[in-house]
Amino acid sequence: MPILTLITFLPIIGALFILSIDSKRSELIRVTALLVSIVVFFISLPLYVTFDAHTYEMQFVEKLQWIPSFGIHYHVGIDGISLFLILLTTFITPISILASWHIVRHVKEYMIAMLVLETGMIGVFISLDLFLFYVFWELMLIPMYLLIGIWGGPRRIYAAVKFFIYTMAGSVFMLLAIIALYFLNHKATGEYTFNLLEFYRLDLSFAVQFWLFLAFAFAFAIKVPMFPFHTWLPDAHVEAPTAGSVILAGVLLKMGTYGFVRFCLPMFPEASHAFIPVISWMAIVGIIYGALVAMVQDDMKKLVAYSSVSHLGFVMLGIFAFNIQGIEGGITQMINHGLSTGRSSL
Amino acid sequence: MTNVSIMTFNILSILPILILAGFGMIVLLIDVLSSRKFREKNLLAYVSLIGIVIAGISVRNSTGTTLFSFHETFTIDNYSLFFNFIFLLCTGLTILISHSYIKREEINHGEYYALLMFSTIGMMLMASGADLLNIYVGLEVMSISIYILTGFKRSKLISNEASLKYFLLGAFSTGFLLYGIAVIYGSTGTIHLKQIASFIASKGGISDPLLLMGMGLIIIGLGFKVASVPFHAWVPDVYEGAPTAITAFMSVGPKAAGFAAFLRIFMTAFGSTHYEWQKIIFVLAVMTMTLGNVVAIAQTNIKRMLAYSSIAHAGYLLIALVSANNMGISGTLFYLLAYIFMNIGAFAIVIVLSHKDDEFIQINDYAGLGFKHPLLAIAMTLFMFSMAGVPPMAGFVGKFYIFSAAIKSGYVGLAVIGVINSVISVYYYLRITVIMYMKEPTREFTPLTISPLIVAAIVISVIGTLHLGIFPAKVMEIAQQSILILK
Repeated sequence: MPILTLITFLPIIGALFILSIDSKRSELIRVTALLVSIVVFFISLPLYVTFDAHTYEMQFVEKLQWIPSFGIHYHVGIDGISLFLILLTTFITPISILASWHIVRHVKEYMIAMLVLETGMIGVFISLDLFLFYVFWELMLIPMYLLIGIWGGPRRIYAAVKFFIYTMAGSVFMLLAIIALYFLNHKATGEYTFNLLEFYRLDLSFAVQFWLFLAFAFAFAIKVPMFPFHTWLPDAHVEAPTAGSVILAGVLLKMGTYGFVRFCLPMFPEASHAFIPVISWMAIVGIIYGALVAMVQDDMKKLVAYSSVSHLGFVMLGIFAFNIQGIEGGITQMINHGLSTGRSSL
Repeated sequence: MTNVSIMTFNILSILPILILAGFGMIVLLIDVLSSRKFREKNLLAYVSLIGIVIAGISVRNSTGTTLFSFHETFTIDNYSLFFNFIFLLCTGLTILISHSYIKREEINHGEYYALLMFSTIGMMLMASGADLLNIYVGLEVMSISIYILTGFKRSKLISNEASLKYFLLGAFSTGFLLYGIAVIYGSTGTIHLKQIASFIASKGGISDPLLLMGMGLIIIGLGFKVASVPFHAWVPDVYEGAPTAITAFMSVGPKAAGFAAFLRIFMTAFGSTHYEWQKIIFVLAVMTMTLGNVVAIAQTNIKRMLAYSSIAHAGYLLIALVSANNMGISGTLFYLLAYIFMNIGAFAIVIVLSHKDDEFIQINDYAGLGFKHPLLAIAMTLFMFSMAGVPPMAGFVGKFYIFSAAIKSGYVGLAVIGVINSVISVYYYLRITVIMYMKEPTREFTPLTISPLIVAAIVISVIGTLHLGIFPAKVMEIAQQSILILK
């Protein structure tokens, strides 16, 4: 059974279904959204149960042709890194939907945005084709932007636009880097593909790695967010509706750190190694600065936002310690932070 | 005794053009012969649509064939057929969005539809022209029809002004084009694209400064039609003054035709000497994107905003021309198709929401639309995100295609400038959604200018935008096959 496809697209199918419900029946809409997200959570559980922990290979792989003339596939699969992030996502979404039971304005649109967001988030964690990854990465922006902008606090428009443009500005360079990898891979192997696993095997010169690493790292550093690219987070976090903050802190920020582990380190090992001092310093400044600023906040949400900057600094420091303990610690801390911050936002 | 050679031509090659011309005449005849009351019915729109569909079928039936007519100055190949399809789609959608609009504006005359079809004929000629003069004739046929259509609201000063501006500047620019053709003829002794190519090959490159000058003049002439900076000054005023449906048509059709001619001339005739013109187009592309996007931010009128955005899109398309590889050319074809859907779709919504005499076309008039008319707002949001290049919409795949082409040819810097521009453009496209969803309504939206035809246009545009964004494979393959003939 294609579990991954199912949990990715079930939410969006649920969203389409909600689209057909009369917007006055808000109770029905809430229940439908909750049901869909709970079903998704239960479908995702077998991933954990049947997951084979003794192999580093990708599991539950599905691969279909999507755009053959570019060598683009619908190629998904998970390993231990993504497994827990997926479970985190499918777990937090129903809770966020429950947490937004009190929303009375435009319930229909709200729930649709929530479910589309879930599709985007899961998609990011399962994609093994870089084109597909980019599509999900951007797809997730639209519902989050609407959630902040429509149901947010007083400065919501500013926060929403800032969130969107910041993330977009980071990711377009990643798009160019992805395209560049595509041609570099063709030069080396003669094959046109966006397959991540093929890119892992590429032997790139240091200069090339340097620039590609920068492009990817820029996108992910904004998402994490690392000091000094963190300024969008306090705004977005404070203005977002509560459930939006939960997802933002719980899952969205993990996409940045996930990106470093999944893409930057394995594809550009030498460049990553060279960047250790820079990233570590940024992480340390983020840890201390985030913690200090968090200390003086009297707004709970702002406190969580700055403490997230601090915590994710730890994650980054762990990842760039460049040893197994560090990376494992980083990943564990990601899940931890997702669960605990998600809760404290409630 | 002199030998008189009789022109040979294959009727099949010009069948779509004949069909359109025929239907244009029929529309004119019906218009003259029928009573005023009869005209109020939608008959003319339907007749024109039937003409478009039949022409489309004849285009469809010729795919895969390569035919030459009129001493090989006119050619039907997959390339021109793909463009013919683009033009017919553009005209068809324009007719769909026009019919309730021209009723509202009380300009419901038969000439409107006839001129649209004649203009399409001009575009088809441009895409099929295998020599410079045929392309020129096509350009004039297209332009003259559009000059008239721009001034179709003849009792409105702003429409007259737009028409006059477009006509004067347009005539000036075609002068450049014609002079360029003459200079090239003087230098090479031919106006046939293939023969120009073999002339250049025999000389081992362009050694004659006259030929370079001709090339430059052609860039100016066509640059005007595709609205590239610095030949763009007419665009905002003309787009604002023209009837909105014509603005939609103008921002897509002539642009596509201009690029059809651009690509055919520069890939077929000057393809071997691309290093001579790439630098010029490079500069044009950067200026066009940047100016279009930056100035669009400051606009408060949605027609003007879309005008500047269309300048910016011409800039992205020029990136593809600079890269001068197969990926870039097929990318142009794909992008133009995607652009038709998202742009005409956006204009359709502008028409639905505005009132007579272009009332309510300020961007702030859209406040609160999101929850008053959710479906219209969702459609508009899709078009805006598509133009901004956000997946999974058609505009994203188009941009991806074009930036890939640039990187493939080694123009990484140009691609970087392109994506920075995309981010700038996000700001003003996003603003429409901000105003629709996050501001309180300031006015009543009723009455909407709505009819089944315009709804059909919006639905087709939405489906097209999503389909090209999510399942682009098929169209990409067709585009890639269509361009093989150019080399």
